[in-house]
Amino acid sequence: MSTTVSRWREPSILPGFGLALGITLTALSLIVLIPLAALFLKAASAGPADIWAVATSPRTLAALRLSFLGALFAAAVNAVFGLILAWVLVRYEFPGRRLIDAAVDLPFALPTAVAGIALAAIYAPNGWVGGLLAPYDIKVAYTPLGVMVALIFIGLPFVVRTVQPVLEELPADIEEAAALLGASRWRTVFQVLLPPVLPALMTGFVLAFARAVGEYGSVIFIAGNVPMVSEIAPLLIVIRLEQFDYAGAAVVATLMLLLSFALILLVNLVQARARRRFGNV
Amino acid sequence: MSVAVTIESVEKRFQNFPALRGVSLDIQPGELVALLGPSGSGKTTLLRVIAGLEQAERGRVLFGDIDTRDLSLRDRRIGFVFQHYALFKTMTVGENVAFGLKSRPRGERPEPVEIRRRVAELLELIQLPGLEKRYPSQLSGGQRQRVALARALAIEPRVLLLDEPFGALDAKVRKELRAWLRQLHQRTGHTTVFVTHDQEEALELADRVAILSDGRLEQVGSPDDVYDHPATPFVCEFLGDANHLPVKVVGSQAFFLDRPVLGGLTQNQGGPASLYVRPQHLRIVDDAPLALPGVVEHLRRNGPLRRAEVAVEGLPKRLDVDLASQVAPAIGERVRLRITHGSLFAAA
Repeated sequence: MSTTVSRWREPSILPGFGLALGITLTALSLIVLIPLAALFLKAASAGPADIWAVATSPRTLAALRLSFLGALFAAAVNAVFGLILAWVLVRYEFPGRRLIDAAVDLPFALPTAVAGIALAAIYAPNGWVGGLLAPYDIKVAYTPLGVMVALIFIGLPFVVRTVQPVLEELPADIEEAAALLGASRWRTVFQVLLPPVLPALMTGFVLAFARAVGEYGSVIFIAGNVPMVSEIAPLLIVIRLEQFDYAGAAVVATLMLLLSFALILLVNLVQARARRRFGNV
Repeated sequence: MSVAVTIESVEKRFQNFPALRGVSLDIQPGELVALLGPSGSGKTTLLRVIAGLEQAERGRVLFGDIDTRDLSLRDRRIGFVFQHYALFKTMTVGENVAFGLKSRPRGERPEPVEIRRRVAELLELIQLPGLEKRYPSQLSGGQRQRVALARALAIEPRVLLLDEPFGALDAKVRKELRAWLRQLHQRTGHTTVFVTHDQEEALELADRVAILSDGRLEQVGSPDDVYDHPATPFVCEFLGDANHLPVKVVGSQAFFLDRPVLGGLTQNQGGPASLYVRPQHLRIVDDAPLALPGVVEHLRRNGPLRRAEVAVEGLPKRLDVDLASQVAPAIGERVRLRITHGSLFAAA
């Protein structure tokens, strides 16, 4: 009895494992696993030929390409910009610091449709920013570029909020040590200060990416939604639903799910390797 | 290579708290000096001022005859070992040690082969050969400490500064490293300053000990000097256990409650004074002259020594007495104590 149990349990004297695992599995099944399984079933109901046709149709591929490349690009921009923002918030004391700190969370709180409408208004050719760019023939709203802008907007807090606590806990003495050893400022920042932050930055990148891939509300207002040009995959799913093509919608959704899962798993594996090497970072 | 360090009336305050109030200290080339004091005494601040990590508001620090205010952190060429080592955890041991050499401007940077040779040599020196590929998280505390030292030595520092070098280590490792550091200093001969709050460590390791209290230098001297001839009551009490007796000096004798307890005084003026006596300078004697009667109230073990606590009439605190012989008095026994050595300070 005890030997069969010990195969499952962490050898801990503190009780609670069974109960906690039970609740976890129940909740996870109800909220995540069963709906996802239903999605796969629905997609499978289409039959192999239809699945292939939907999956390889130029419109699907274009939408997936825009969604994933756009999300990757937005997450990359956020990684750089969010890191700098977090650095400024952590390292410098200046008037309005708390205000900016609070404003970072706004993309979390704002209804995404509101964000989309606001961005569209500002970046439209007759908007504040769009008006400045129009003379140079740069169009943001109603183009793929507009999609990126919306995705950057909603992803920013993820990077800032994951990186900030790690930057705060970075020991001050490693910076002093590097300076006394004769390192230039450049070298200190890139070889001493940033490497310990990298795992957190990658987590922020993944979160921002995951959020951007699934984003719908803000994008559809600024994208213009031209098929093959600025139509994102989530919108394509909604369009198929509106045409009562449930299986087709499920196929696109399943593709998105598998791609996202593969990418996130890859990043997590890279991170786990780094963690094993440098101890608990 | 080693230079003299001259500290000239350095003052430093944090907000309104004065951390250093006019500290001056001359350190000879190749000397090993301990900055000793309780927490908040300013010893770490002084070390950081020497390193250039803090700027003094007044006064200056000279390396040889160069004013360090004219030098950048890089040009100061200081080997600094931080209390918590400050190793770069995303770099291997080898990369940590090589960091200073690789950070040199292109013209002065050694060839990669030469850097590798130097790293191997330094790891040999700190007795951790072949650990280049390890990460700091895979090392013990004592090993990390030595890697931090190797990293500091790699830049061929003019001055080596260590902040509580053994503070985070257990007692046994601490003793071993202490002896090892002493040897290393004899071999390499760097001008070395280290901060500690452990008086035993300071006395055992340093050529000279500088004792700080409240941002002021109380006394500087060889370990024998400061231990046997403390300049102030603070130094006397900080450097080890000391019994305190309020006495009155008349002529060449010190009186405790009209009873002469110490004779042969020369340099003191008469009047009320404080007499400090270490436990090993109290001896249980049979004869009466210049002896202090008391009752043994407690016996305890203090490392290799046995110690008796003797109550003396007129003193609120029992006197600590180290027992020289294996035959201990019984509790409740009446004894006489002779003071063999004491430090006398005129009452303020």
